[in-house]
Amino acid sequence: MSPLLLHLLLAAALFSIGLGGALIRRNAIVVLISIELMLNAANLNFLAFWRYGPEPEALNGPLFVLFAIAVAAAEAAVGLALIIAIYRRYQTHQLEDISRLKG
Amino acid sequence: MTLPFALLAGLVLGGALAAVTCRERVHAGLFLALSLVGLALVFLRLDAEFIGFVQILVYVGAVAVLIVFAILLTRGAENPRERLGNSPGFGILLAVAVFALLAWALTSASFPKASETAAALTVRGVGDRLMREYVLPLQAIGLLLTAALIGAAVIALPAPTNPATPPTNHDPE
Repeated sequence: MSPLLLHLLLAAALFSIGLGGALIRRNAIVVLISIELMLNAANLNFLAFWRYGPEPEALNGPLFVLFAIAVAAAEAAVGLALIIAIYRRYQTHQLEDISRLKG
Repeated sequence: MTLPFALLAGLVLGGALAAVTCRERVHAGLFLALSLVGLALVFLRLDAEFIGFVQILVYVGAVAVLIVFAILLTRGAENPRERLGNSPGFGILLAVAVFALLAWALTSASFPKASETAAALTVRGVGDRLMREYVLPLQAIGLLLTAALIGAAVIALPAPTNPATPPTNHDPE
């Protein structure tokens, strides 16, 4: 197996673990952790395609990863602030209990 | 498959699996940090030293610590038995099916030949690109980060003291 394929398979496994966690768990913070894992799998794909791709001089993969990390940091900050605000109001982390908008 | 890659892959996947299956949430946050450290080491082995250190600084140093802080701030009146989703078996099945589909597609695809010249990810090169071609996205990401951090602070502020109607769907003590 080529190193590119190995890295892509590792990223696919990481993404699947994150997807399973986001689908199964009902704790808001664990769902956020799962989303972070999926984002990191995408970053690994960018770097693997850059390193083993046809034109590594272009540096497109690492620059894309840099921007993705910045967006992920903003997302984590806002998500955790929302979780804290929701916890203050409902005293719960369970996503199913936060159902006031449900018709 | 070389031995270092196998060890790092085990670290990344083991940490991720422990993070999503762990019942204690503080442990889940620490396992996430472990998995992200392993991923940063994978980045270092991919000759992307700058991205690897950015990963350690931003993810392990900031995001994982932020998650652990949020967990510690919001623990307390918490039922230890977390309910899972309605059908956890279906979620596991879906995740396995997605992995199988991705693995099948990846192994049956043909990728372009890797370049012979070794790529050099120098900080100088990254800074050069960021300041010339990507200067507008760089400004946009700075604006996004500022707005997100101000917004996060505003959202997490305690609500002004108006006696709102108590939420109907929880039972305080």
